[in-house]
Amino acid sequence: MEKSLSWREFIITRLIQGAGYSAIVFVGLIFFFLLREGLPALGDVDITSLLSVRWYPIEDYFGILPLITGSLIITLGAALIAVPFGIGAAVYISEIAPRWMREILKPLVELLGGLPSVVLGFLGILVLSPYIRVFLNLPTGLTAFTGSLLLGGIAVPTIVSVAEDALDSVPRAYREGAWALGATKWQTIWRVTLPAAKSGVLTAVMLGIGRAIGETMTVMMVTGNAPVLATKLGSIFSPVRTMTATIAAEMGEVANGSAHYHVLFFIGMMLFLISLAVNIIASSVVFRAKKRAERILS
Amino acid sequence: MVDKILIENLSLQYSDGAESLRNVSMGIRENAVTVLFGPAGGGKSTLLRCLNRLNDLTDIKTSSGQILIDGENILDPKTDVIALRRKVGMVFARPVPLPMSIRENVVYGLELAGETRGSKLNEAVERSLKLAAIWDEVKDRLDEPAVALSGGQQQRVCLARVLALQPEIILLDEPTSGLDPISTGKVEDALLELKKEFTIILVPHSIQQAARTADYAAFFLTGELVEYGEGKSLFTIPKQKKTEDYIMGRFG
Amino acid sequence: MMTKFLSRNRHAVQRLGFVAITLMAIVTVLPIVGTILFIIYKGGSAISWEFLSGFPHDGMRAGGIFPAIVGTLYLTLGTAVFSVPLGIAAAIYLAEYAKDNQWTRLIRLAIINLAGIPSVVYGLFGLGLFVLFLKFGTSILAASLTLSIMTLPVIISASEEALRTVPQAFRTVSISLGATRWQTIRKIILKEALPGILTGVILGLERAAGETAPILFTGAAFFLPRLPNSPFDATMALPYHLFVISTQVPEMPIQIQYGTALVLLAFVLTMNVIATVIRSRARARRQW
Repeated sequence: MEKSLSWREFIITRLIQGAGYSAIVFVGLIFFFLLREGLPALGDVDITSLLSVRWYPIEDYFGILPLITGSLIITLGAALIAVPFGIGAAVYISEIAPRWMREILKPLVELLGGLPSVVLGFLGILVLSPYIRVFLNLPTGLTAFTGSLLLGGIAVPTIVSVAEDALDSVPRAYREGAWALGATKWQTIWRVTLPAAKSGVLTAVMLGIGRAIGETMTVMMVTGNAPVLATKLGSIFSPVRTMTATIAAEMGEVANGSAHYHVLFFIGMMLFLISLAVNIIASSVVFRAKKRAERILS
Repeated sequence: MVDKILIENLSLQYSDGAESLRNVSMGIRENAVTVLFGPAGGGKSTLLRCLNRLNDLTDIKTSSGQILIDGENILDPKTDVIALRRKVGMVFARPVPLPMSIRENVVYGLELAGETRGSKLNEAVERSLKLAAIWDEVKDRLDEPAVALSGGQQQRVCLARVLALQPEIILLDEPTSGLDPISTGKVEDALLELKKEFTIILVPHSIQQAARTADYAAFFLTGELVEYGEGKSLFTIPKQKKTEDYIMGRFG
Repeated sequence: MMTKFLSRNRHAVQRLGFVAITLMAIVTVLPIVGTILFIIYKGGSAISWEFLSGFPHDGMRAGGIFPAIVGTLYLTLGTAVFSVPLGIAAAIYLAEYAKDNQWTRLIRLAIINLAGIPSVVYGLFGLGLFVLFLKFGTSILAASLTLSIMTLPVIISASEEALRTVPQAFRTVSISLGATRWQTIRKIILKEALPGILTGVILGLERAAGETAPILFTGAAFFLPRLPNSPFDATMALPYHLFVISTQVPEMPIQIQYGTALVLLAFVLTMNVIATVIRSRARARRQW
């Protein structure tokens, strides 16, 4: 009986260990398949034409620059909105709000994170874009700016929850020390708490931006889908097309194995590498902070 | 009288450099209370946790020497640690009732050992709760959660939980450190009864408790066994200067 | 005099700052509440038994959205089948078995990266691996597997956190009573961590239920006049259906669009509320 027990234990332990390592396997698999389907693009399409400014796949123009600038300008706009509001809301929830308010706000922000992006896109088309067209006197309301506004909303919950965690983990003694020295609550927030939570807040910003770059449905629905190179800041008020939206919009209609197919995978590979970079940098900051916390706790 | 346990040249160091043991050798008598005492960080708890291989859960840098229980080296990698832990029970400093009823707490180990017969389990519940001197207080509320009891009651249920497995050796790591004097007295009384059947190794939470309970006493300082002998003589006429200083309260 | 002035000034700054921050929080939160109320207001009138239980007809411009509702249920359940056991097992590994070494750090890095990969890239991956390489075709199976991998990091992180909040002493005591590690996990740790794990699972599945991009080329059907018969069939799904009727179908009655958005929102919100309730009730009841 003891023998069979230890065999069962052994098998279960192995299974659990296998599950633990599965995350590595999946990241590897994802990268492998993106490479497998994406790298042939470099053979199908000239690298110079890949880096050109014209995306018109029907006539074999595969210039991805407009898509990259499209992603960049929308993400930049989203960051400009989401970072101040995200950090502001995190500070409010963690430092200023009374307890009952916190209990309401935290689940609400979580809820925003859970709203399907297609619903936001839908409202963007029907509600937001008409207002933007009228107020800014534009030919169409489906612009990069519309996308940025909504993407900002999508990035906010990520920023709030990570930044709020970071602020929350600042030892209470820091704040009490500052108050004891006569600092106001406000001064304490700016000069003590926020600087102490700096690395966590930075991580929050990076993860929020990462979330914005990768967002697909909302931007596909509200940005007008015009693969035009964004050259100046004014481009934010005209239609653009992001990398993610391009994949989503066109993958359904390409022939498997065609140059167009490979280029779309190539773009996916770029997105994967961008998110990899963002997350590795963000997590290295977190790891360092966590190490410190563990030292203090042990 | 025979030595139930024989510890030979036991040395151990944790990975984080914390409390360790240096070349400890001692025999521990059957059916007696052996007290391990000394200042914190002296290696008492580490030694206890070697005796039921609970140290397996901790990161250990190096260890050497052997511990013979009934002539078998339990530090041997081939030892069946599950069987060992059933034979060597342990009560911890803080009472830790598992998140279940009093009855389930007491039969937890037995059920793991494969006992499914209700009559046997009920028998074990009554017998071990009586041995731990808590039966009268809880017999009408066996199905209530164990956390609902007072600290002293919880600790005696924890003792009963160990006794239910019918171990041969019982390790107690400062079992009364969080208890009031009355509860402490009850636990100590229970120990005096228990030593008729079991080999008991106790890390006391005070020198007074050590003196009250010890048949044999061992004084540990910074991982070394300084002095070991019969309780009566060790606490009245210690042979070592350091032991005397500690007992007299000159350090610690 | 000077200090008094200074301090009055300081407190004025503080009051101003607090007002500004509070306004920012309100501006952040208000649109969420507004969005939900707006969709309920606009879509409520579309909801009827026929709308919920009928098939779409007239090029989706009339009728109900039953196949999309069923499809989203299938996809959510399919995702759960794969991601829940795998995610909980992985969390158990990280919380109970893994030593703090390079490999474990690599696993954590992989999980963080899985969480950050854009959803449309998951779609590409699912297309490459499940649809084409493993030849599952555009199917519920392929879409569920894709969504599972996307959901995994949420389930793992939440479950690991739940497991870690169970006091260490329970483990030590259980082991000291002759339990193996797995027995300890099964009999005590999992039971105590269950509410937290459940919350994480539901939040993960909530995300899967609302996603469109990963199923675009792995399992979503534009229009299906019947329910899917097997896991190898494609299926309609609420989020994709909302995308389709709000961008791809001209002269789509606005009411059906809002109605569909409301049903999707209700689906997701219900899961969210359940998760929140489980968590807060468990917190209130916890005895350690």
